[in-house]
Amino acid sequence: MKKFDVVIIGGGPAGMAAALGAREQGASVALLERDDRLGGILNQCIHNGFGLHYFGEELTGPEYAKRFRDKVLADKGITVFLEAMVLSLTEDRVVRAISPTAGLMELHAGAIVLAMGCRERSAGAIALAGTRPAGIYTAGMAQRLSNVEGYLVGKEVVILGSGDIGLIMARRMTSEGAKVKLVAEIMPFSSGLKRNIVQCLNDYDIPLRYSTTVTRVTGKNRLTGVYVAPVDEKMNPLLEKEEYIPCDTLLLSVGLIPENDLLTGTSVEMSRVTSGAVVDEFRQTSVPGIFSAGNVLHVHDLVDNVSEEAFVAGASAAKFSKGELALSETVSVLPSNGVRYALPQKVHQGEGKVKIYFRVDKVYRGRTVVVESGGEVVKRKKTLVMAPGEMQNVEVDKALIRGDLSIYTEE
Amino acid sequence: MNTTCIMCPMGCSLTVEEKDGAVIVTGNGCPRGEKYGKAEFTHPERVVTTLLKGTYGGVVSVKTDRPIPKDKIGDLLSWAASFRLDHAVKTGDVIAESPVACGANVVATSDFKGR
Ligand SMILES: Cc1cc2nc3c(=O)[nH]c(=O)nc-3n(C[C@H](O)[C@H](O)[C@H](O)COP(=O)(O)OP(=O)(O)OC[C@H]3O[C@@H](n4cnc5c(N)ncnc54)[C@H](O)[C@@H]3O)c2cc1C
Ligand code: SF4
Repeated sequence: MKKFDVVIIGGGPAGMAAALGAREQGASVALLERDDRLGGILNQCIHNGFGLHYFGEELTGPEYAKRFRDKVLADKGITVFLEAMVLSLTEDRVVRAISPTAGLMELHAGAIVLAMGCRERSAGAIALAGTRPAGIYTAGMAQRLSNVEGYLVGKEVVILGSGDIGLIMARRMTSEGAKVKLVAEIMPFSSGLKRNIVQCLNDYDIPLRYSTTVTRVTGKNRLTGVYVAPVDEKMNPLLEKEEYIPCDTLLLSVGLIPENDLLTGTSVEMSRVTSGAVVDEFRQTSVPGIFSAGNVLHVHDLVDNVSEEAFVAGASAAKFSKGELALSETVSVLPSNGVRYALPQKVHQGEGKVKIYFRVDKVYRGRTVVVESGGEVVKRKKTLVMAPGEMQNVEVDKALIRGDLSIYTEE
Repeated sequence: MNTTCIMCPMGCSLTVEEKDGAVIVTGNGCPRGEKYGKAEFTHPERVVTTLLKGTYGGVVSVKTDRPIPKDKIGDLLSWAASFRLDHAVKTGDVIAESPVACGANVVATSDFKGR
């Protein structure tokens, strides 16, 4: 049995920042990662555009990861376990993991930080009709095969979903000599960044069709083509307008799901909207001593926000392990009128400021974000544009909190 | 030319035309959009990121150390496709100096063990 003040599960950007945050408070840290290196999903994101907020310069994914990895590996207070798959955790903070070198391990933690990231929604998860030939990949899987293994998954490609991973992969596959015939997006807007639409699609004349979906796939052993059709307002495909596109590859970029399977069997309260835990501003879950940060908590579009959030979670976990996380009463944060979710869902009364992250349910132009507490407006923020794909935030003075906070948009 | 300004979340749709020797931008919500539109019209540039293959297997991720003209991207990608790296490099090492004659070097963005 080994004892650590803070045990962190997952060695992506969230796990690494949490480790550094915990170290700043002087805690002993164990960082468990199932892969053979730290960095998480960043290792396969070879394009640039990371770190503009956090480092003030544009880095590629591997470069951003390296900045944190170098710090983590140089810190003697952080014990890194690689190829260490966490199998279970308990509410009294015992973490079981297995690795080829250490075998079965049992770690006792003063506090736990969950940083397992997310996985992609697959063909099964979206109930794609038709045969089950080879050639259908999630965009992230194709990204890993291409950028880590150096293997191009196909030559003629259709991409379903215009999230950032799909857009980035459209450019990547084109660069490698493949032909991307279409990006189909079921919504009337893209959840990806503008910049990626311009620089990944428009630059290479790759067509993007909104309100369009893939209705079925054909092919026995290998994919031979897909049918696409426009959808009506209720998302029902207009089958009479179905069109056939021959291709050997279909990439799915249809969303990410936080990887919270480890919490099954615990009483950690979960949010149905984010599929992550319900947390307070320290990123502590409903079970004291268990914290959560990064994509396992809610899907982020900017890794910079992941690092910031996880640093707080790590520092707070360290304080908890020393009995120094003094907590007052909480109020709830309640989203409505255009705000799909807000995080943290609970806030403690007290001093200082709290940053509330939120996502809107569709594209809004020229709206004001309002935060109310106990019937009084405590914050108003005018915005130019808000899109569901871009996480927003608003800062609230804690001293003004009189009761539950409601956050909504108005004209 | 039609394009989308990416300088802020508004994402204005820009139209850029040449009239009597002057470049005219319309659709921009602010002066930054005009500057962006003109640059995109006259000399669009991008940082390029891609992969290089190792002579003995494996791949290493790379980028150009500054933006290159858009019409050179194809040349750079063809160069990258035929290039083989035969030695170990560390993040930040220059792998090739100005391979497509526009002043931008190709640097490693990850460590590569040589195979
Ligand atoms: C396929 C994909 C591509 C992406 N591409 C982009 C992009 O191009 N640009 C962008 O800005 N954002 C991108 N993102 C978003 C990106 O994931 C986040 O910005 C950020 O990487 C999230 O950090 P994280 O540490 O929370 O998760 P991750 O980076 O996913 O790290 C989680 C880590 O936890 C480990 N882990 C999980 N479960 C266990 C366990 N049981 N035991 C031990 N270790 C475990 C995993 O191996 C992984 O290393 C992408 C996400 C995905 C899924
Ligand atoms: S033109 Fe101005 S307002 Fe419009 S997107 Fe560009 S920077 Fe934003």
